[in-house]
Amino acid sequence: MNDVVSPSTPAQHADKVPLKPLGKVLAVTSGKGGVGKTFVSANLAAALVKRGYKVLVLDADLGLANLDVVLNLYPKITLHDVFTGKAKLEDAILPAPGGFSVLLAGSGMVEYSRLTPEVRGEFLRIMEGLVPHYDVVLLDTGAGISDVVLFAVSLASEVLMVATPEPTSLTDAYATIKVLVGQQQRQTVRVIVNQAARPGSGAAITRQLQQVLDRFVVTEPGRGVKLVHLGDIPVDAEVRQAIMRRQLLMQAVPGCPAGQAILQIAGTLQKDVIPRP
Amino acid sequence: MPPPPDTSLDLTALRLDDALALLRHDGRPGAQQAGESPAAYLQRVIDDLCELSLKDPLTGLGNRRHFLSVLERAIETVARSGDSMLLLLLDIDHFKSINDAHGHLAGDQVLQAVAACLAGCVRPMDTVARYGGEEFAVILPNCRPLFGRAVAERIRQTIAALDIAAAPLLNVKVTVSIGGAYAPEWVRSTAELWIERADLQLYRAKAAGRNQVHLEQPQELAVSAEEKGLLFDALDLGEAAAADPDTRVNA
Repeated sequence: MNDVVSPSTPAQHADKVPLKPLGKVLAVTSGKGGVGKTFVSANLAAALVKRGYKVLVLDADLGLANLDVVLNLYPKITLHDVFTGKAKLEDAILPAPGGFSVLLAGSGMVEYSRLTPEVRGEFLRIMEGLVPHYDVVLLDTGAGISDVVLFAVSLASEVLMVATPEPTSLTDAYATIKVLVGQQQRQTVRVIVNQAARPGSGAAITRQLQQVLDRFVVTEPGRGVKLVHLGDIPVDAEVRQAIMRRQLLMQAVPGCPAGQAILQIAGTLQKDVIPRP
Repeated sequence: MPPPPDTSLDLTALRLDDALALLRHDGRPGAQQAGESPAAYLQRVIDDLCELSLKDPLTGLGNRRHFLSVLERAIETVARSGDSMLLLLLDIDHFKSINDAHGHLAGDQVLQAVAACLAGCVRPMDTVARYGGEEFAVILPNCRPLFGRAVAERIRQTIAALDIAAAPLLNVKVTVSIGGAYAPEWVRSTAELWIERADLQLYRAKAAGRNQVHLEQPQELAVSAEEKGLLFDALDLGEAAAADPDTRVNA
């Protein structure tokens, strides 16, 4: 969690960064691209809907967004239009298959891939407008440690780190966690291992990440990072088929092993992170 | 209709004696100047008092109150701009022995000389304050990690080179230990945490023998070969399992 912070008057607050991560905002991020971050965001959102939550997924990968591709949605009004003042926030929110809402980045967002004070301000304004209306806001962020990604993650109360059991994915996840600990004083990062070879192999990967972090990431006593293994999504041929057909796995074949795994992750989130009000 | 509030100012009804004595003691004109309106006069007294309340009387530097308020504002700036900002804490080495050997007046001369030297070592935009007894603080906005060490070293060397007239026929030399920490960029920290981090470095500088600079290292972002090797240990587990056809799921 970020350090909480000095009080400020409401007038001051208006143009400041948030005092602390906004509640019930989960950032789905990864060290490396192509590990299934957007797949996880969309299907986890659908799984949370099945558990009775009102969910919004925000395409926070401003530069290289592809939530639209995953959901097969190509709206006229996007986050880009909200940023530029051409549309109102509520007009850019769409119903997605799976029963959740989405706010898509749309094309033209490449110009927002640099974190300027304006982008930060707009982003904050949008988040403040959204958060009160949903039980859960999932931020589908970009990969890695660019300033836009780190800023988006800083807005979340929880970080869900998606990694696959590949050397590059692991190294990048590890590096990203290091940065999150160093810059944001994150104390908890939840790990989802996608494309796990078999049930249980992901937990070993999280344990290993934890061991290396404990050894190499020096923090003040009592301020270390704790990785929580949120779950594995096993390698499953149904996933590839659903992605190619541009369907949500949760809608097409929720009963397949990967679908079951995602439902289970939603259950763990419900139990540990976002208990129903 | 109630009568409008009385906005006239009757200076004789105010007890300003203590305030004026304080201001005069600081070498400021206390009394109302010719042609000065009562409101302007009162405003000046208030402004001067505010200024006074932020100053360390012995050294003329900002005091701890001033330092903390600047630090709080610096945190706001960093959180918003992502500027690189450095906090240095300095402590005069073996200051107590100067006091013990030559008396407190000599100690005061040393404090004043170090304060003046410090103020001359930094840019106008930097804030120098007396943080405690023989401890000083410097806030350096917009200070890239590359330059932080150079600034701190320059301060240390300049002070070490001072020849301080602590008393008639008594010149002394002092050294300082310096600890420093950067504000976490883009993140709103607290003054307490930031000071604590700089203080830890100061402690390390002292423990390592004094008269030296210790800065908190910016987070090491690179992943070493050793770390990678250890990370991949887990992978071998997973892949060994993946290679075992009995445990594979739909792969």
